[in-house]
Amino acid sequence: MNSSRRYFLKVAGLSAFALAGGAGAAMAAGSAPAPAGRGSYEASEKALKAGRWAMVIDTRKLNTVERMRKVIDACHKYHNVPDIPGTQEVKWLWDDTYHHAFSDEVHPVLPTRVEESRFFMLCNHCENPSCVRVCPVKATYKTEQGLVAIDYHRCIGCRFCMAACPYGSRSFNFQDPRPFIKDLNPAYPTRMRGVVEKCTFCAERLEKGLLPVCVEASEGAILFGDLRDPDSVVSKALAENYSIRRKPSLGTDPGVYYII
Amino acid sequence: MLERVLKGTPKFYLWLSFLLCIIGYAFIVYVFQLCYGLKITGLSRNISWGFYIAQFTYLVGVAAGAVMLVLPAYFHHYKPFKRVIIFGEFLAIGAVVMCMLFIVVDMGQPQRVLNMFLHPTPNSVMFWDATVLLGYLFLNAIIGWTTLEAERYDVNPPRWIKYLVYLSIFWAFSIHTVTGFLYAGLPGRHYWLTAVMAARFLASAFCSGPALLLLLLFLLKKLTKFDPGKAVVRPLSLIITYAMGINVFLYCLELFTAFYSGIPGHADPIVFLFMGHEGVDAWVNGWMWTAVVFAFASLILLITPRFRTNDKILPWALIMLFIATWIDKSLGLLIGGFTPTPYETIEIYTPSFWEISVGLGIFALGALIVSVLWKIALDVKKEAGEEFELSE
Ligand code: SF4
Repeated sequence: MNSSRRYFLKVAGLSAFALAGGAGAAMAAGSAPAPAGRGSYEASEKALKAGRWAMVIDTRKLNTVERMRKVIDACHKYHNVPDIPGTQEVKWLWDDTYHHAFSDEVHPVLPTRVEESRFFMLCNHCENPSCVRVCPVKATYKTEQGLVAIDYHRCIGCRFCMAACPYGSRSFNFQDPRPFIKDLNPAYPTRMRGVVEKCTFCAERLEKGLLPVCVEASEGAILFGDLRDPDSVVSKALAENYSIRRKPSLGTDPGVYYII
Repeated sequence: MLERVLKGTPKFYLWLSFLLCIIGYAFIVYVFQLCYGLKITGLSRNISWGFYIAQFTYLVGVAAGAVMLVLPAYFHHYKPFKRVIIFGEFLAIGAVVMCMLFIVVDMGQPQRVLNMFLHPTPNSVMFWDATVLLGYLFLNAIIGWTTLEAERYDVNPPRWIKYLVYLSIFWAFSIHTVTGFLYAGLPGRHYWLTAVMAARFLASAFCSGPALLLLLLFLLKKLTKFDPGKAVVRPLSLIITYAMGINVFLYCLELFTAFYSGIPGHADPIVFLFMGHEGVDAWVNGWMWTAVVFAFASLILLITPRFRTNDKILPWALIMLFIATWIDKSLGLLIGGFTPTPYETIEIYTPSFWEISVGLGIFALGALIVSVLWKIALDVKKEAGEEFELSE
């Protein structure tokens, strides 16, 4: 079981226990509440499962600043990503030019469409993540389904993972992020000063059987599914369209594919 | 032996109070950093390590440099070095403590630092680095203290100490190799991704560490008349010369690979460090050229026997060498690793005033530790009747 989920369930269990304790006094005469046993929690049946989660971004459909802004806002709002101006910013999903996104593709001439397009950047949830390899406290780790997650409660803020990620996917909370969250989403936790954060591929939504926020907001331009399942939407999309990934030569095996 | 600290000259206490003032000031700044976060530094999302990690890297080298006294003394039985080994070991203790503090002040959540040992992660080089540094600290403390104690009672040091000394020699190599591995194994950081990184670190350490030691010994001679003696200064400066030669040579190897291969990723950071980017100058350009000039000037002075053996010129050569290696292996190394950014953009990092303040405090604390330890060592030597002034 992945440990962020374990943590969540622990908290949920404790709250349930506290509630039951309170209620217990009131219904002392009634039947005794079932004892809160250890490890008696089960994953939701609705949870989406995969051998290896992957994302396919159809950049032919989604490439303008305005439309991408909407998706980015949806992600950042949902995850309480602070809006910090300047170079100490925090971002999970953002857009940039072809030359910045695919910096080792040095074509002198590109179709105008590509030259003028914007491209999403986010954590690639690499199969062979260098960020996980370097973390000295196992605060960042890979789940069985191929997600790269961060335990914000264990992170010591050494930022080795930021040096190790060749995609610049990670942000550090140089300050308390909370004052910079305009419209707080109470359903998702905020982070604290001094820890690293990044895109989670919406691990917590997958547990509830929901697709990532950006996938929903993209109106079909971002596909999400199991790379190991040949019938999944992503496998099919990749089989039918030529796609590229960012810096594949580094051996990280990124899980985000771009159809150009 | 610690009680010796209580019997010092007014000048000594004035010096300690001066250091304490700096430490106090830096501590206050650090408390602010704790409360407000690392936003008070010049670091950013794209250049996420800077002044602190740079100093850490350099000081590991200073700590490892002490081995250039220990190795000839124990492996080659070169007796004269034994006179000053204790100073090398105590300098290493000060350096390691500074290293650790630089790591801690760089952390976003320093109160969780023990997570490194609560959740040991052998695949992380950072875990190994913390482990070997701690080990090196203990080794030097035990060896230094025990040999000094023996000197004080005028007896031979216990036999087991010899094995620890041998261990410490290998350990010194390991601490800097591991520090090199922190950098040399990261995909996408072209300036760091080089097999000679650890070798470069060691070469740089074996000239800069002894150079600092010699400079401090010269200062000690001025202040207390304790003369390290020509039998120490001459061979040590020769070791420094060779190490610096190798260091510069290894850097030139990097230049060859980067520019002959023509691979942009390899060349870009070096071009940025020395020439800026598309007409944009960064302060680091002047900084790097200073290192080049100082490196070659110091090498010329050191290689020429007439200058190397001249006690008036040697300190200047060592100072230049120290500055050159410091630029190369601290901020030069860090900035080169992070620029261009992963998206091939250029961002210029400048350490903030507060960052430098905290750093100064750590340097002051290191100086305090070394001052106190060296004073103890000197007093013990005096009491044991060791000659201070050598007739040569
Ligand atoms: S993109 Fe970067 S942060 Fe995300 S898994 Fe890969 S290496 Fe780690």
